[in-house]
Amino acid sequence: MTGSLPAAFTPASPPEISIAMLVSAVLFGLGLVGFLSRRNMIIMFLCTELMFQGAALAMVAAARDLMDTSGQVFVIFILTVAAAEAALALGLVVLLYRCRETLSADAWSDLGEGPRGVHDPEPPDQPEQG
Amino acid sequence: MTTLLASIPRAMNAPELSWLGVVILLPLAASVVCALCGALKCRTKLPAFVTIVALGASFALVLKAYFEYTGPVEVPIFEWINFHWGSGGKFQSFVADCALYIDSLTLFWMLFVTGLGTVITIYASEYMEADTGAGYSRFFFGISIFLFSMSALVMGDNLVMLYLGWEGVGLASYLLVGYDYHRPSAVAAAKKAFIVNRIGDLGLALGIFMLWTNYGTVRYDELFAAMNAGGRSEIDWDISVIPFLLMLGAFGKSAQFPLFVWLPDAMEGPTPVSALIHAATMVTAGVYLIARMFPFFELHQDALATVAWIGTGTALLAATIGMMQYDIKRVFAYSTISQLGYMFMGLGVGTTFGACYHTFTHAFFKALLFLTAGAVMHGFAGQLDLRKISGLRHIPGWRLVSWTMFVGCLWLAAVPFTAAFYSKDAILLTALSSDRWDFVLLGWVGLFTAALTAYYTFRVWFRVCAGPVKYEMGSDGGHDSHAAGDPHAHAAHPHAPRWCIKGVLLFLTIGAIASGIPSYRQVLTHAPNWVQEMIALSSAADGAGLPHDGGSASVPMLGETGGPHHATVLGMDAHTGLAIVGSCASIGGILVAFYFHLRSRRSADSLAAWLRSRRLVGWIPDAMEHKWYVDEIYHGMFRMPMWIGAQILSLGDKHFLDGAIVDGIGRLPIVVGKLFRPLYSGVLQGYAVTMAGGVGLILAWVMWVWMRGFN
Repeated sequence: MTGSLPAAFTPASPPEISIAMLVSAVLFGLGLVGFLSRRNMIIMFLCTELMFQGAALAMVAAARDLMDTSGQVFVIFILTVAAAEAALALGLVVLLYRCRETLSADAWSDLGEGPRGVHDPEPPDQPEQG
Repeated sequence: MTTLLASIPRAMNAPELSWLGVVILLPLAASVVCALCGALKCRTKLPAFVTIVALGASFALVLKAYFEYTGPVEVPIFEWINFHWGSGGKFQSFVADCALYIDSLTLFWMLFVTGLGTVITIYASEYMEADTGAGYSRFFFGISIFLFSMSALVMGDNLVMLYLGWEGVGLASYLLVGYDYHRPSAVAAAKKAFIVNRIGDLGLALGIFMLWTNYGTVRYDELFAAMNAGGRSEIDWDISVIPFLLMLGAFGKSAQFPLFVWLPDAMEGPTPVSALIHAATMVTAGVYLIARMFPFFELHQDALATVAWIGTGTALLAATIGMMQYDIKRVFAYSTISQLGYMFMGLGVGTTFGACYHTFTHAFFKALLFLTAGAVMHGFAGQLDLRKISGLRHIPGWRLVSWTMFVGCLWLAAVPFTAAFYSKDAILLTALSSDRWDFVLLGWVGLFTAALTAYYTFRVWFRVCAGPVKYEMGSDGGHDSHAAGDPHAHAAHPHAPRWCIKGVLLFLTIGAIASGIPSYRQVLTHAPNWVQEMIALSSAADGAGLPHDGGSASVPMLGETGGPHHATVLGMDAHTGLAIVGSCASIGGILVAFYFHLRSRRSADSLAAWLRSRRLVGWIPDAMEHKWYVDEIYHGMFRMPMWIGAQILSLGDKHFLDGAIVDGIGRLPIVVGKLFRPLYSGVLQGYAVTMAGGVGLILAWVMWVWMRGFN
């Protein structure tokens, strides 16, 4: 079955795939650390893009390794969706900035139920069951 | 009771007599019409009219059946309960059709049930007129339902129909006692009557079950056939327990000793109800049950003796309580219990004739007494305290009431040559001429009770009807026909009853006198007693014996045991001796009542005061006035423990079931939510850390599985 495939799709040697996977893990880790440590919403958004690319790279490498094009097809879809999503997310960031005059993610903690959730009142206790 | 074989005539199947079903159907139809009248807010006396016509027609049909009667018949109406299983053999079917069992006992009972029912309903049509348009339809609905159930009870062909009627009369009694449901005491009395009867009904139901398990049928005819075939020879515990269970049912319905407490309270109902249900008819259902099932009461040697002991004890106990009551209706209620005690004594000592005859005479004179008491209550705005009414016979318009009451009192006191004298005589004679020493003792107790009866009966009459004219009106305008129109007119003056009430009183007086005719004929012409003939042809034939003939020959035992009056009986035959002692007892009682309650009323109070001042006997008048504290004993023995148990269970329900389990499950989500709440701080990175942690965990797990797979 593999014999009919073009030469570009011959299986790669093991060191190649592990280097590609390493790079993808580093990309993902950088993105994750950046997302967790930064407060600027645009930077955080860039970090999510970084994690995306890490995952996409892993897929391409695996597709190359397994001689299966579906991984590459996935990556093309991911890039398309990421482009649309980037437009949406940047629009959201602009809107959020207009509301609070800041890009810090800390300005948006209304969903919190813990001590940090200052904007909504404590929910009333359940009434005693008679 | 020495023979083990009964000889009850077998019933013929007579489908051509199915028109007798109309006797049951008519009151039911009347109840439907009354219910419709109530629903359509009928403002006329139509319900009373319909009920009277229906009951009168029932009575006429029973009369027709009586004149055409030739022998026991079974009349199928329709198939009701009909189960078969297995091969459908003797113990593999349960058949209780809607059918009638007509023998002379049935007819005897139905004659006075429907007859008195009609007459008392006529009385009630005037008595209840203040409620026309309000509770009037409801009242006559109850009366019709009662007559329907009572007819089913008496005429039913099997014990299931009897049970249906038994519960039906209980329901009617509950509805009518609680008729005036605005008064808490009436509601409490209705509940008490119903609940106390449940205990008896449990016995009856178990008795019916046991009858089926032992004989495979609940139909009278087949049961009696089993008896004829020697059903009594196989004495096992489960057969000999039958009479005791049935007896319990009879004691409940007929207000005998442990279960009599409901009857005095049932006087909360309107007086026609007390007269019809709680004096004349329903309470005799127990007597009917025992008379009907009499052969089965010979299944155990002690069954009838128990009935006799309980009956006599009840007669004495109720008489002593009746002596110290001040409410006229309550005196009559206790006298009813006492007279029912006589009937059970009669059944117990083996004379179903005496018991049934006494039921018959009692139905008339007790209905009469209650209806006169009702007339007084009606006219005096609910006043029933015999200390507050006096000299009734001197008040214009009340002469008829006082003299009909006088007749009722004479009959209740069993003064010589009244019907009750003969019927009571039949019971006491059998007791005294029995060869069992304890029955003879019971006979003397019965005689003593007769003296008490005469005393408390005439205590009422001398207080209320004789003496100087003096009265206070009652506080209750509820039964007064003028209450709505002219509240001031009746406040000071009693209004005399009109023709409906007077006519019924007169009729019942004649009926009470006429109820003695069988005995008069027997004494004068030596013709057989009509009642005795009726009983002798039925399933109660065993006890219908002929206590009157044979004279001294049939009463040889009096010389051996005896009470203080023994000497007066000795030397003559028991019949004459008993007549003399009985007359002395009743006339003596009346004379004592005459002295204390008419001649010198003050001496009664001084005697009571003197008795109370003695340390030894001082408690007796109080105890009698408080009904020997039976209600209090019941309260302590049953109600209190139940109340405490209920409180404990209520606490358990509130704090364990509701508190721990139901509310606990309800709180569980809240507690879990509180546990995880700190995770949701609202900080964006917080969520991200949670996510990253999750990813890390999954990754670690995958790695672990992967590594393990490699090793």
